[in-house]
Amino acid sequence: MKKNDFLLIGIVLLISFSVMGWHYLKTDSVNGIVVVTVDGELYGTYNLHTEQTVNIQGTNTLMIKNESAVITNADCPDKICVHHKAITRDGESIICLPNKIVVSIEKGEKRVLDGVTN
Amino acid sequence: MKNRIAYFGVFTALGLILSYVELLIPIQFGIPGIKLGLANLLIVIMLYKSGVKEALLLSIVRIVLSGFMFSNMFSIIYSLAGGILSLAVMSFFKRKGNFSVIGVSISGGISHNVGQLIVAMVVVNTFRIGYYFPILLIAGVITGLLIGIVSSEVLKRLKNITINMT
Repeated sequence: MKKNDFLLIGIVLLISFSVMGWHYLKTDSVNGIVVVTVDGELYGTYNLHTEQTVNIQGTNTLMIKNESAVITNADCPDKICVHHKAITRDGESIICLPNKIVVSIEKGEKRVLDGVTN
Repeated sequence: MKNRIAYFGVFTALGLILSYVELLIPIQFGIPGIKLGLANLLIVIMLYKSGVKEALLLSIVRIVLSGFMFSNMFSIIYSLAGGILSLAVMSFFKRKGNFSVIGVSISGGISHNVGQLIVAMVVVNTFRIGYYFPILLIAGVITGLLIGIVSSEVLKRLKNITINMT
């Protein structure tokens, strides 16, 4: 390995860890809301603190429990979103590419959307 | 000239075998989209033994065939984006920067992940998955490092064999 190889590894790791660290520091899930978008359009917002199960378009099942969101069922063959770990922090997301579904947590500063909107 | 077809056949077959072997490894990293990319070993070797054009052709043929055999249309699109971007970056690093095989392979691993992330952003129409960016970068470094170590060892042993593609 040459000097430039180590330089490349060092720079890339530095960038990644600083982005991760910054993300870790700035986020908390107080008053978090779960935002679901389908094909880039808003599908619904759900409170992270109420236990609930949401059926998204009949293709995926979203479960919100213990202040974390997880997809429990999907009709796509690869099931990547089902294997994804539960998301709890602001900015985290679960993505189902075949169904173009994005489930993410955002900081709901004003708790205007308290309940379920279908 | 007539060797060209035979070489491509052998390399494509090897690429498909490596794609299949990778499917058999039951390691789940817990993060979607991260895998070793064994077939990229061949692309790196081809890039060094022959050239960009041959490596590109091999990469595209390998991705389309293995996509139809082992997975679906989606993964073909993602793999193509990652494969083409990583090959472009690798050939640039190989020509311009003072890198060894391992460094070039790491640059390929990183850009492969970045290319796939960009396509994913376009498909789901959101920038929110930028959250994955640092994780994918680190994963690209690790997989690129592993692939790079193996390919530099293979290239050392292939030193006396010339692959004549012209």
